[in-house]
Amino acid sequence: MSYVSITPEQRQEMLRVCGVSAIGELFADVPASLAPPADEFWETGGLSELEVLAECERLTSKNHTAAMTSFLGGGFYDHYIPAAIDAITSRSEFYTSYTPYQPELSQGTLQAIYEYQSQICRLTGMEISNASLYDGGTAIFEACNMAAAHTSRRKIVVDKGVNPIYRKMLRAHSAGLDIEIVEIPVLGGGSLDRGGFAGAVDDSAAAVVLQNPNFFGIVDDHSDIVDKCKEKGVMTIQSVYPVALALIKTPAEQGFDIAVGEGQSLGIPLSFGGPYLGFIGTKKTLVRRMPGRIAARAEDVNGKPGFVLSLQAREQHIRREKATSNICTNSALCALRAHIYLSLIGKEGLTEVASLCHNKAIYARERIGSVPGVKVSKQPIFNEFLVELPMGALECVRALAGVGGGFAAGIPAGLFGGDCFGAGVNTDNMLIVAVTEKRTKEEIDSFVDNLAQVIKL
Amino acid sequence: MKIIFEKSIKNRRGVTLPKNDVPVNAAIPEKYARKSPPELCEISELDAVRHFTALSRKNYGVDTNFYPLGSCTMKYNPKICEKIAGMGGFAGIHPVFGRLIMNNGASWTHGAMTVLHNLEDLLCRITGMDAFTLQPMAGAHGEFTGMAVIAAYHRKKGNRKTVVLIPDEAHGTNPSSAAAAGYKVRTVPTDPKTGILEIEALKAAMDENVAAVMMTNPNTLGLFNPRIKEIADIAHSYDALLYYDGANLNAIMGKFRPGDGGFDVVHLNLHKTFGTPHGGGGPGAGPVGVKSILEPFLPVPRLAAKSSAGKTGAHFEFSDDYPDSIGPVAPFYGNFSVCLKAYVYILMMGGKGLTEVSEQAVLSANYIMHSLKDYYDVPFLKTCMHECVLTAKRQAERGVGAADIAKGLIDRGIHPPTVYFPLVVKEALMIEPTETESKETLDEFIAAMIDIAKCAETDPESLKRAPVTTPLGRLNEAKAAKDMDVAFL
Repeated sequence: MSYVSITPEQRQEMLRVCGVSAIGELFADVPASLAPPADEFWETGGLSELEVLAECERLTSKNHTAAMTSFLGGGFYDHYIPAAIDAITSRSEFYTSYTPYQPELSQGTLQAIYEYQSQICRLTGMEISNASLYDGGTAIFEACNMAAAHTSRRKIVVDKGVNPIYRKMLRAHSAGLDIEIVEIPVLGGGSLDRGGFAGAVDDSAAAVVLQNPNFFGIVDDHSDIVDKCKEKGVMTIQSVYPVALALIKTPAEQGFDIAVGEGQSLGIPLSFGGPYLGFIGTKKTLVRRMPGRIAARAEDVNGKPGFVLSLQAREQHIRREKATSNICTNSALCALRAHIYLSLIGKEGLTEVASLCHNKAIYARERIGSVPGVKVSKQPIFNEFLVELPMGALECVRALAGVGGGFAAGIPAGLFGGDCFGAGVNTDNMLIVAVTEKRTKEEIDSFVDNLAQVIKL
Repeated sequence: MKIIFEKSIKNRRGVTLPKNDVPVNAAIPEKYARKSPPELCEISELDAVRHFTALSRKNYGVDTNFYPLGSCTMKYNPKICEKIAGMGGFAGIHPVFGRLIMNNGASWTHGAMTVLHNLEDLLCRITGMDAFTLQPMAGAHGEFTGMAVIAAYHRKKGNRKTVVLIPDEAHGTNPSSAAAAGYKVRTVPTDPKTGILEIEALKAAMDENVAAVMMTNPNTLGLFNPRIKEIADIAHSYDALLYYDGANLNAIMGKFRPGDGGFDVVHLNLHKTFGTPHGGGGPGAGPVGVKSILEPFLPVPRLAAKSSAGKTGAHFEFSDDYPDSIGPVAPFYGNFSVCLKAYVYILMMGGKGLTEVSEQAVLSANYIMHSLKDYYDVPFLKTCMHECVLTAKRQAERGVGAADIAKGLIDRGIHPPTVYFPLVVKEALMIEPTETESKETLDEFIAAMIDIAKCAETDPESLKRAPVTTPLGRLNEAKAAKDMDVAFL
């Protein structure tokens, strides 16, 4: 399949205009000694649409997850995606455009970004937001980087209730930046060690990072920690689950300086790991520290209202090595999806989705807790909770995958969260179970019945 | 046009949800509960569809018309790629499934892992590198990842190197990414006569502190540096590594592989070279390829192919067992659906098709340059690669700058090229036509540019007033920065 539409005759005409007789002459600067090896790859032609579609259908048949009833979460959730989102984002004026550097041709994208920023502010309670970041993990890093620059301090104190994947990403991203990361283990049930955490916060810390609900699904109110941080000039960063924010205290209500999070739950498919959406919200006073693009209201020469990318002097294409971040391409189309999701689902809808998730999770927790030998956390939760099984969690997950239509029972804590706890806590039997509005009572009941069977075996 | 929140009508709904079917009606305990629900808008599905359709009509994409934005490779995005990426068997997979092994030792997600494995392999063949990671989520993120891998390599060797050399024509992300990995940036001047990094300038800037040299080849002036092997040798003689910014790979497929030219690390922009859409500013994907000496430092998890006795074909596993790895840079395996689209694109091209892509991209850029050289100054009038850089210096003398030319193009129905970049050329107009545009489209663009050049002589004021055909005229960016209205609250 070729998308080159220039005919051989036209090619000859173009070569003539260029003053050469063959295309090879245009590559005269490439030394012949550096030509690619003459192997079969470069001799192979392409497939037709029909062939490539058949190949991809064959590949999807090798994925065995479609029929599974999933209780997987860990920061990435199987929420319902209204059909209108795909329909709208399929408008190619949105998805085949680039960054809105020419505002006169990009008012659609620019207004959508401005509205998206407004949605993030309304959801988190923060004053400003940006056009998006790659994902929830890099959003935490960017927030820490803002705090380090703002406070001129180098230490970041992180609760181990923050998604373990994000904690690893934070280390990978800050390895070259002379940033010290201090991590505080959670207590045995998965909740914040308030004393230990507060003890690690001193006036050499640039920021603290907490997550709500945390990796084990526990909902908290971090206002007390925020107050202590303020006394020591330490900035506060909270990573949040946007759907939960319909019901739980916002980062702003708890006094946080920066709110970040993963926006996947807002109408973005799971897609085996991405693309996702990092969001960030903060205070107006920190706008010049913010990474990435920001859309702002503007007026044209005739006083007509519109939008532009603003404060570009913070960004890499102008400030180069002194930019607030190296981010350029971000997650614009995912941000558009999140914006459409929040617009469609609306004020009451988001509260309903969150309540459905919460009620079903509470129901699932009660039922799972009634299975002999199983212990469940009694902590306040949103839609995810920690289960202690009388058997290995990985083994249990494997067994449940093979019964009924197949259940994805949850995330074995040892797989990602083995390092969250202090010494002496064994995570082998711990399972993290998530429930969204898509799970029915029937599915939950069947899951619990099968779990009981597997445990008996 | 009204902001979406201004269209909100109390008690209007866009989505109806199923009733609660469990016998629980719980509330979050008050201590943890939000005081009042977020003030989201209340609109119907039709309201939303109309709102966003109206917005889309104020936008311009590759599907609208020619989009010769230099350095961005705005080529046509095949529709089949979107269709395949949307297939439930790919789009619906929770990433944790990739880490769960079935009881029989097989993977839940063999199909998706095959896509990732095959794409890594194809990118190695295209670039001449030994190993790839697909994790980086955009070009700049790939640059950061590449620099972090280089830093880890030097740390492991006990090298205390603090500087990265970058030619002055580089993309802004290069210095910014080097800084993000903890390096100081030393800028090397491009030769004003040849437009490329010359050996003498490199030698003068090199010393033991240099950890890496970051290059774009062809560079942002659209020029290929023929002495790349010598540059590599010089860098390597200081135990510095050579980094390839793959933003311009569309020029050179089948003609040159960075791996053969002495490059140690390369990042690619799948959303440029491999036809995945730019999405209005993302998501993209920025895979990073390395030579085998750097493979131990690539991000984990890495995809490992294992063949087990008695079974046909490989099976795949994600492994964290790389003690020298820089750690994960993405939550899972990168922007999978972007990678999938690029995989489909490469399958449809084949090696032969990719060579044709680069040949046509280069021919089209040269065709534009030669067709416009009598009307605009060309700072380096020699064969260019996939993009050509002109300057509006001549027009600027009459008060018509690169920005005015850009706005004039808008009035002629064409998206402007990149302007004022690269920084080493005054009044730069950086034009990248890509291979997917027809000769008729190129000729329309050329005619529009000639018309503008004439206009700059006869009626410069009309260009300074442009655009007048768009919903809005030029926007006041200074006032916007002062007002800082960035959210409707």
